[in-house]
Amino acid sequence: MSTVSWITARGLFGRRRFLLLLPLPVLLVALAAISRGMGVSPSDWGPPVLIGLGLAVVLPVVALIVGTGVLGAEIDDGTVAHVLTTPLPRWQIVLPKLAVAAGVTAVTVAVPMFAAGLLADSVRLGLALAAASSVGALAYSALFVAVSLLTRRPVLLGLVYVLIWEGLLGNVITGTRVLSIQHYVIALADRIAPTNLLETTVSVPLAVVMTTLVSVGFTLLAIDRLRSFSMAGETS
Amino acid sequence: MTALDSAAPTTTTSTLDLAGVSRWYGNVVAVNDVSMTLGPGVTGLLGPNGAGKTTLLHMMAGFLAPSRGQVTLDGRPTWRNPDVYRWLGLVSEREAVHTFLTAYEFVLATAKLHKLPDPQAAARRAVALVELEGAQDRRIGTYSKGMRQRARVAAALVHDPQVLLLDEPFNGMDPRQRLHMMELLHSLGDAGRTILFSSHILEEVEQVSGTVQVMVAGRLAASGDFRTIRRLMTNRPHVFAVRSTDDRALAVALMAEPSVTGVELGRDGLTVRAGDYGAFTRMLPKVALARGVRVRQLVPEDESLESVFSYLVEA
Repeated sequence: MSTVSWITARGLFGRRRFLLLLPLPVLLVALAAISRGMGVSPSDWGPPVLIGLGLAVVLPVVALIVGTGVLGAEIDDGTVAHVLTTPLPRWQIVLPKLAVAAGVTAVTVAVPMFAAGLLADSVRLGLALAAASSVGALAYSALFVAVSLLTRRPVLLGLVYVLIWEGLLGNVITGTRVLSIQHYVIALADRIAPTNLLETTVSVPLAVVMTTLVSVGFTLLAIDRLRSFSMAGETS
Repeated sequence: MTALDSAAPTTTTSTLDLAGVSRWYGNVVAVNDVSMTLGPGVTGLLGPNGAGKTTLLHMMAGFLAPSRGQVTLDGRPTWRNPDVYRWLGLVSEREAVHTFLTAYEFVLATAKLHKLPDPQAAARRAVALVELEGAQDRRIGTYSKGMRQRARVAAALVHDPQVLLLDEPFNGMDPRQRLHMMELLHSLGDAGRTILFSSHILEEVEQVSGTVQVMVAGRLAASGDFRTIRRLMTNRPHVFAVRSTDDRALAVALMAEPSVTGVELGRDGLTVRAGDYGAFTRMLPKVALARGVRVRQLVPEDESLESVFSYLVEA
């Protein structure tokens, strides 16, 4: 484990905001278990719980908390300077942090998504949701790590993307789904385990290409922005 | 002093060079056309708050792009060039530390980030350098302000840099810690390191025998030997507000004194201009006593740092 990822992980779990990660996955599994226990048909509760809560809220919000936590929080309190005053090439700082963010997000989301998929349909759907969420975790993490370097208000900007762009526009104007990580994840999960619970207008090849582009593009952007990292002085 | 044995003399020295460096934020000019060359030894960067010291230090350390001009360390630009941190250490003003780590863990992690051949030994050496061994296994979160500062200095020194930049390093330190830090900086400077520290407090810089760069309102106002600058500062005209039982009689007597350059008789007492702070304050009670005048109030006016520094700019 590299020193950067060690410090990042300790910083992440040492902050109280980490506790914010717990309620959402618990809520997801609880809702799925209650629906299943009360004998509601999966075609009724599946889409709202799996997509409406799981992929549209739990995955992006957890990714947002973690993704802005690995770098944005250090920029916020100034501790990022300690890592930056070393000769480490900047990609050796961004990649470990991204790995920690994507890994923590993937584990936090994939486990409840697997449980919810299992309760809704089958092990296969559970695994599909877990796998697709993990891929989505990487894309979201790359996005939110980059956003941490583009603005001093990464959480706000991230929320606008998740709630306004993906949450609101994605449902009203289907064209915006082409630029929605949430729909890439739905397309991928539906491809791995075809059911009538997951539906999207985004094609699988598009989802694959766009997920790769988002992950790679925002990672490169983050590395470049970190090279030009400016410390806020007394004048700003 | 542990600092002396640990800071082994080096054969190579480094020079930090600023050539016509300016930085502006929109319409606000924070640093205005500053050129200086910093070589081995201790240099104090002195100036009132808001003079642009931090902005200048950030540009030196490669954490801010100059709007104009260039900062180079031995010919290599510091901006967008993380390689310079092999030779450069920075202790920033913000008291930002990983509170969840112990000082030793923190310094060791920094040593590992620098990919030093023996990070444990380097970390132990750096912790000893700032005399933090006794508390090295406690979480930094439990430290006092001065101890946190020393932990950050240890981290900045762990790779034994040729150049060390410190932004207001004496803030929050008690006199003993301050003295120790001074000694540490001096021993590093004597060992051939290039040390620059900023301060807005005259007395801090006073204890440094090296050169001083004075910044006022974004410009380099004065630079050179501290004693020369100190003389300029002590010999500047001082203004005092004096109230007594008989202002007019006191004014007449004061005008005869060589240290007094002007007296103004106002409704609320006298405004006295004196060329020499020490001579005037010693002379005043004697003169008043001789005339049978009782001095009720003696307040130095215009003693703000800004006025001292702006005097320097004019000098």
